[in-house]
Amino acid sequence: MTKSELIEKLINKQPELQPKDVERGVREILEVMVHTLAAGDRIEIRGFGSFSLHYRKPRVGRNPKTGDQVDLGGKYVPHFKPGKALRERVNESVQG
Amino acid sequence: MALTKAEIAEHLFEKVGINRKDAKELVETFFEEIRHALESGEQVKISGFGNFDLRDKSERPGRNPKTGEDIPISARRVVTFRPGQKFKARVEDATPIDEQE
Repeated sequence: MTKSELIEKLINKQPELQPKDVERGVREILEVMVHTLAAGDRIEIRGFGSFSLHYRKPRVGRNPKTGDQVDLGGKYVPHFKPGKALRERVNESVQG
Repeated sequence: MALTKAEIAEHLFEKVGINRKDAKELVETFFEEIRHALESGEQVKISGFGNFDLRDKSERPGRNPKTGEDIPISARRVVTFRPGQKFKARVEDATPIDEQE
């Protein structure tokens, strides 16, 4: 499922909303989520999961074109931990 | 304080002007549709945000951490998230809230 397919489904599920508001709504949901992590905070969606920051230590990388060494500083990356309901539903779908 | 569904809905009310009841429903349905796709075995690709992928894990040896007893961890399907370039670029220089002054 892509973002546009998700938007289509939401438009059909909530016909009382203008399609353009659903589209803007989805964009704003994603924006507020990214903004929250960028501000150093966490996201906790019960039954879905939580997003937090994980630290990556500084390391020496290489320019793949030239082979030169490059010092890469430490950084944070987004991390998702699925919640209980999501874990169970996904797993039960294969375990029957 | 972590971001929750209630706060996302409030943001939609303020920013998009969707009334509070519909905003709450939209946020609920947004996450439910992603869960539903994953449960149906479908990958979810949200451009600018990231992909939710499914991985099938085979059984592996494990142990009960309390008793030390060997118990195999059964085969299972799990969800993994791969953030997109834009998302990664926006958080790499973040300062976690518990380290802020």
